[in-house]
Amino acid sequence: MNFTSSRRFLLQSLEDLDSSLRKLNSRLFVIRGQPADVFPQLFKEWNINRLTFEYDSEPFGKERDSAIKKLASKAGVEVCVQISHTLYDLDKIIKLNDGQPPLTYKRFQALVSRMDPLEKPMDTLSPKVMGACRTPLWDDHDERYGVPTLEELGFDTEGLSSAVWQGGEMEALTRLDRHLERKAWVANFERPRMNANSLLASPTGLSPYLRFGCLSCRLFYYKLTELYKKVKKNSSPPLSLYGQLLWREFFYTAATNNPKFDRMVGNPICVQMPWDRNPEALAKWAEGRTGYPWIDAIMTQLKQEGWIHHLARHAVACFLTRGDLWISWEEGMKVFDEFLLDADWSVNAGSWMWLSCSSFFQQFFHCYCPVGFGRRTDPNGDYIRRYIPLLRGFPAKYIYDPWNAPEAVQKAARCVVGVDYPKPMLNHAEASRLNIERMKQIYQHLSRYRGLCLLASVPSTGNVGFSSYNTAACTFRGNANRGIAAKEAGGLTRRQETKSVSNMGGQQQEAAVLFSPSPPASKPQGSVITVVDVSTLKRDWTSPFGEDTAFPHNKITKHASDRSAVDN
Amino acid sequence: MKCGDGDTAQQKDLQGLGWCNAVDEGLMVSGINPECPISCCSVIPTSDLTADSACLSREPIPDITLTGAVEPDGGTALLAAPVASHPHPTMSLPKPTTSHPHPAATLPHRATTLLDTAITHLSQQPASPTPALLPVRTLTSQCSRPHAGFSHCIDWGNLAPELVLYIFQFLPLVDRARASQVCHAWTNVFHQPELWRRFEFELSNPATSYLKATHPDLIQQIIKRHSSHLHYVSFKVDSSKESAEAACDILSQLVNCSLKTLGLISTARPSFLDVSKSHFVSALTVVFVNSKSLSSLRIDDTPMDDPSLKVLVANNSDTLKLLKMSSCPHISPAGILCVADQCKGLRELALNYHLLSDDLLLALSTERHVHLEHLRVDVVSEDPTTGEPQIPFRSIRRSSWEALLRHSPSVNLVMYFYLDAEEEFEAFFCDATPVTHLYFGHSVSKAVLGRVGLHCPRLVELVVCANGMQLLDEELICIAQRCRSLTAIGLGECEVSCSAFVQFVRLCGDRLMQLSIMEEVLIPDNHYCSLEDIHPEVSRYLGRPWYPDAMPTW
Repeated sequence: MNFTSSRRFLLQSLEDLDSSLRKLNSRLFVIRGQPADVFPQLFKEWNINRLTFEYDSEPFGKERDSAIKKLASKAGVEVCVQISHTLYDLDKIIKLNDGQPPLTYKRFQALVSRMDPLEKPMDTLSPKVMGACRTPLWDDHDERYGVPTLEELGFDTEGLSSAVWQGGEMEALTRLDRHLERKAWVANFERPRMNANSLLASPTGLSPYLRFGCLSCRLFYYKLTELYKKVKKNSSPPLSLYGQLLWREFFYTAATNNPKFDRMVGNPICVQMPWDRNPEALAKWAEGRTGYPWIDAIMTQLKQEGWIHHLARHAVACFLTRGDLWISWEEGMKVFDEFLLDADWSVNAGSWMWLSCSSFFQQFFHCYCPVGFGRRTDPNGDYIRRYIPLLRGFPAKYIYDPWNAPEAVQKAARCVVGVDYPKPMLNHAEASRLNIERMKQIYQHLSRYRGLCLLASVPSTGNVGFSSYNTAACTFRGNANRGIAAKEAGGLTRRQETKSVSNMGGQQQEAAVLFSPSPPASKPQGSVITVVDVSTLKRDWTSPFGEDTAFPHNKITKHASDRSAVDN
Repeated sequence: MKCGDGDTAQQKDLQGLGWCNAVDEGLMVSGINPECPISCCSVIPTSDLTADSACLSREPIPDITLTGAVEPDGGTALLAAPVASHPHPTMSLPKPTTSHPHPAATLPHRATTLLDTAITHLSQQPASPTPALLPVRTLTSQCSRPHAGFSHCIDWGNLAPELVLYIFQFLPLVDRARASQVCHAWTNVFHQPELWRRFEFELSNPATSYLKATHPDLIQQIIKRHSSHLHYVSFKVDSSKESAEAACDILSQLVNCSLKTLGLISTARPSFLDVSKSHFVSALTVVFVNSKSLSSLRIDDTPMDDPSLKVLVANNSDTLKLLKMSSCPHISPAGILCVADQCKGLRELALNYHLLSDDLLLALSTERHVHLEHLRVDVVSEDPTTGEPQIPFRSIRRSSWEALLRHSPSVNLVMYFYLDAEEEFEAFFCDATPVTHLYFGHSVSKAVLGRVGLHCPRLVELVVCANGMQLLDEELICIAQRCRSLTAIGLGECEVSCSAFVQFVRLCGDRLMQLSIMEEVLIPDNHYCSLEDIHPEVSRYLGRPWYPDAMPTW
């Protein structure tokens, strides 16, 4: 089942792209092979003089694309790279921040509000624009250049359930319309309140479409702005309107120059934690056998459908890492990468670091309770019953903690805990107590804070604190040649795994047009937000207004000095 | 006086949290020289440097006056002293190297860079509060040459041992070990007791933990050669029983040492609790009996028991200042009471609520007892899976709290609650409680928070991880009105209306130094229909820009 659902989504998206191109009397060409092998061949075979592709900001993609670009220039092919997977040129954001990626979202927002307004996206390609342009097609196009099937790619499709999320631009645009309709109808642009319904796959969800390039983030941005102005009578939209897009952008920016962004060791922005390695516990978590129905239901939904609500992500991520199991976030990230449709490399790794409090100056005091959080969200427990039918018979009172149900209730529910459904794999109260202490130790050491205040243990936000994660050991692998990249065409962005699915418009016209080299359109930006929380910067971390904890570091110094004061 | 925080340490400190022994490469020094006394070692946690220099500064050098010229920060001011006030006869820094050829005069390049590095480190220290700048200036001024030519004008072989020692304190263990291979003189310095006052043993199994382990050879070296020098020792262990047992085995070999500080730290699961009680207790007893001047002991989550506490008291009652023993299931209220009775110098104590009693508070408040500085109490439910009946929590009498406050007026009382059931809270906050830091790790009811507002006038920090689904408006406002020392608040899964929140902040004003509120906590109401609306007002009351904590939407 590895990666099956995301591959299926990708192939559906390619099919959709192909059918759109057919309407323009063209076709999509999917070339089999490694980009570095096939491109030089094609340059010759097709007599190419121009190659156009989408900029890939991720370290892996940058490396690959720079190789392609070299090959192209060797072959005398002009290369045209456009940024369209992200809203902004990430290097410009970094430059605006004195060469470092911003590590707090607030800082990021402040930078974004100083960026030039985004260009208006291009109109959809029409036959009129195509004019007399023709794509030469071969009779055996389908065999040679058709979109492959899952089987051809070596995936086992037996028993594959039908897709909850249908890939493709058509579907994406339909969803975008619904998404905007609902927003317009609510007329409130705040983040929607969480309820039992929000846990289920929504017909207005867009994240997988953004990830696979079915939906242009700029189009989404532009449509949101348009709608807001219409509803709110031309007042300028707040940055929070674009929350979903900006979070994505934030993580892309943090990752673009950091090849070790997806691991702890050697990653200059990641706090080094002494996580446990525990394959057994990890498997229980990944397979939904923790004995906590809330966690197990979420993991089941993830596997079945490829999407879970972001608060559900918070719940399972917290449970795996700092909340309960004390297992590295890297392990969770890998599981999400495998099953989650919208797991962009940067966003996935970044979110895991965020949720495990491994970076980005997160307060760690709050652990999601694997019982209480679910109960608060969906008091009735319908979500649990949907994904763990075994627990269907439990009354709402016990459905989040079935082990507490009296035996009679368990029997009546025809599900005995410890026999039919696992007992909880650990005692959450105990685990969270220990883990808070661990986090405190780590963060007090990091912030060099000696006081008793738990909240003050986390280094201050803003970019001044950046240095605390990122000091001498900066191990950027010198991706100096930025701005150079090669990429699958067709607006489909996906870093390549072993099988490389590459599509390229048969002629430069088709390929180019998908990247909307558009005329500038002025667009007022959202409200300006002041930058850093200055007061926290003034805090004197070393001032011991009472010492506690972080024992070896602090206590020794204190008592040593006590002692010297007393003895000497 | 506190220790100089070893700003050289800072860089590494920050990148690797010290205790993960941050550096990936260059850990192995074996192979450089077969005679190397340490075949392999982990980089010493950066805090070690701090402690080392602290120890050094305090221990060996008699009649040093703390010159007020430097920061009142003991550490490095004292370090500077030997240079200034005890000029070593051989300290001929300004001399040109030509004077008398020494076997070690032509130093290998790496030694030159070593000193250069040390000096660069020193001069890179962030501006003023860095006392370490002084000695560098002293050196260079005596040298009376520009910095650039410095390394060329030193008779390296005659470098005073004090200087080498001084420089060594700024180097991680791995660099010291490398440097020690340069010549016999440097090897001697390497083994100076001053450099071995502090050690942090890290014990882990790489197969089951990310915690990096101290190399076994280094552990052996220390036991053999430096155990008598150790004063400040901590053990960090991973989740495995084997690591905790290994820690106990090392402890039982520390027979000829005189520890001042001992910390046993579980970095993941509490693995010391897996060690057999007799094994653990006998290992600790070795330390208690041999180190008669233990001043700090941290043994959270261990199988410590009453008899071993008695041994501790019998041997260290005059020196014990800090005792942290949260979640030690084998200790009884009587056991801790014995500590409080005998150890009059005890200033900091951490324990679980079931060990807290009126008698204990009174014992800590007798006239002969020093003022208590910190009291940390963990309130934890019994593990429901053990099947043992829950013993209800007893209330502490108001008069006992008052006695404590009379004796130690500035005591910090830190309470961490990990309770689930509402009934379990019945014993708390029904009467005045002098708590200063309050953390509710799990759900806590509106009613309890209401009582906190009424009965905790000394409250400084309040953290609430979760609450039911009712708005906490009145409770927060009551807390703002009555807890006049409140400077920090954190709210997780709670709900507060925007209006009440703004009023809360208005009442507290800029004394709120920490205000960590999750975005979802703030519920828009008639006055404030979005978070954008409250942010300017809250920022104005706080006197600084403020935003709620956001979580990624993804």
